[in-house]
Amino acid sequence: MDIRHDASVHEPAATPHGQTPHGPWPEDSLARVPYWIYQDQDNYAREMRRIFEGATWNFVCLEADIPNKGDYRTNQVGGMPVIVVRDADGSINCFENRCAHRGALIAFDDGGNVQNNFKCIYHAWSYDLAGNLRGIAFERGINGAGGMSKDFRRETHSPRKWRTTTLSGLVFATLSPDTPPIEEYLGAEVLGRVCRVLNRPIRIMGRFTQPLPNNWKLYVENVKDTYHASLLHLFFATFRITRLTQAGGVLVSPDGAHHSSYTIGTADVPGTEAFREKGLRSESDDYKLADPSLLDPVEEFGDKIQLQILSIFPGLVLQQIHNCLAVRQVVPKGIDKMELLWTYFGFADDTPEMNKRRLKQQNLVGPAGFVSMEDGCVGGFVQRGIAAAGDKISVVEMGGSTAESQATRATESPVRGFWKAYRRYMDY
Amino acid sequence: MDVARLVELNAAYARAIDNEKFEQWPELFADPCLYKVTTAENLARGFESGIMYADSRAMLQDRVSALRKANIYERQRYRHVVGLPVVLGRENGAASVETPFLIVRIMGDGAMALFATGCYHDKVAADGAGVLKFAERIVVCDGGRFDTLVAIPL
Repeated sequence: MDIRHDASVHEPAATPHGQTPHGPWPEDSLARVPYWIYQDQDNYAREMRRIFEGATWNFVCLEADIPNKGDYRTNQVGGMPVIVVRDADGSINCFENRCAHRGALIAFDDGGNVQNNFKCIYHAWSYDLAGNLRGIAFERGINGAGGMSKDFRRETHSPRKWRTTTLSGLVFATLSPDTPPIEEYLGAEVLGRVCRVLNRPIRIMGRFTQPLPNNWKLYVENVKDTYHASLLHLFFATFRITRLTQAGGVLVSPDGAHHSSYTIGTADVPGTEAFREKGLRSESDDYKLADPSLLDPVEEFGDKIQLQILSIFPGLVLQQIHNCLAVRQVVPKGIDKMELLWTYFGFADDTPEMNKRRLKQQNLVGPAGFVSMEDGCVGGFVQRGIAAAGDKISVVEMGGSTAESQATRATESPVRGFWKAYRRYMDY
Repeated sequence: MDVARLVELNAAYARAIDNEKFEQWPELFADPCLYKVTTAENLARGFESGIMYADSRAMLQDRVSALRKANIYERQRYRHVVGLPVVLGRENGAASVETPFLIVRIMGDGAMALFATGCYHDKVAADGAGVLKFAERIVVCDGGRFDTLVAIPL
């Protein structure tokens, strides 16, 4: 067998500009999504390359994760393992977690501290805190025999380096030289909503990982989908944390990529009858908390926004549900698997009372969250539901077929925004 | 503290959950109490958060109400295998106890899979009637990954 012509080495055919491998986008509409997009292996590989390794800012850690020189976290951006590390001058570097020699992970813990260098355990090649290859074991051989060839240039053999930026304690990285500054990337409105929450030093309260049985995009869409919140999540609706009839709206960045949905705190709003008239499951009058201290929120941002869910393309969610704060990172793990990395946080200046309040409100979110639990399974229901529907199309038409900000949450505008950005990055 | 009585308490705990008699579960706790589900890593780093957190029996009852009436998830149940308790000490009338556990999740379609392993870090004391109750049960999971969702207490 000629190994140069192994039929299993499959190179996807190039697609014409603006077209998907399955032909033109359905109706050329942001309100239509073909189901193969959650199933196609070649498309998945293209997403890793064009989105996560493209001109996007990817969340890699919190500054609070790596406060001191040599502190590092390992992470995964798209399909690529990376190391994020605090350098001696306080700056933050990010580089591929792959030894330039044989490709082994340079760091295999989820984090820690190194003094001045990382050393690959396989053959002890070492790297400085910027990811430059610095040391090669037995580079000159032993007793004049063996060793690397004299013309080997260490500087041309380093793992790929990511450009980093920080915003209010969030650390992002990009592989592309073309990614605009983070402020410009987000747009003024979404930027303002990030800064309103992350307005002072934070402290990490816990980390949890939630593997989900669905394509990564189904989770991102779920986050941007304000329409489902009061319908799927009974806990939300009953305790008036949010409901569609409560005041609020959605902000969508001009390019569609990022969003922020929000609810303004009001005791009651005329029109909640809308739920009862429709006989929707989400309305339940007889369900009351036996211990209401679970939901004893205080206003801490001074603007009456009780709830804000914010997404930064491609895979970061910043969440403020009353005093329950978290970031969630979306990590793709194949066409039908992903992981959600939760980091719960509070502020460094929290009082013991505020700390206790946050601990209680954290019951609302995470893998066991009263209001987020269903999001863990609903993506899997879609993934399973569409198993034989690769040539069929989803409808995303609540609130029209465009992707602008709207003063209502009965809309799928932010979801359409996602597809607007997605298609641009993917050239579909 | 009599280990046989601790074994009985743990058996009652596992039986309440595995037989879906969830309403019996809060009765095994003192009031106030502390119930928290966290991970060994969070504990080691001093991170206080849990994916479930309750400091009263009523809050445990709210967990049960939510899983009965509010939350949506596929049919599933657990099988707890609880190891032998080790009494580490005694303070203010409460025994500090550690007990290893293993939980298999059985899905509606019949799939059985290891869902969580870990160690219960407990404070156990007798109530006024001499019945042992959990003043504290910290569920310290060995790993940090919680597949799909955690509706039922661990």
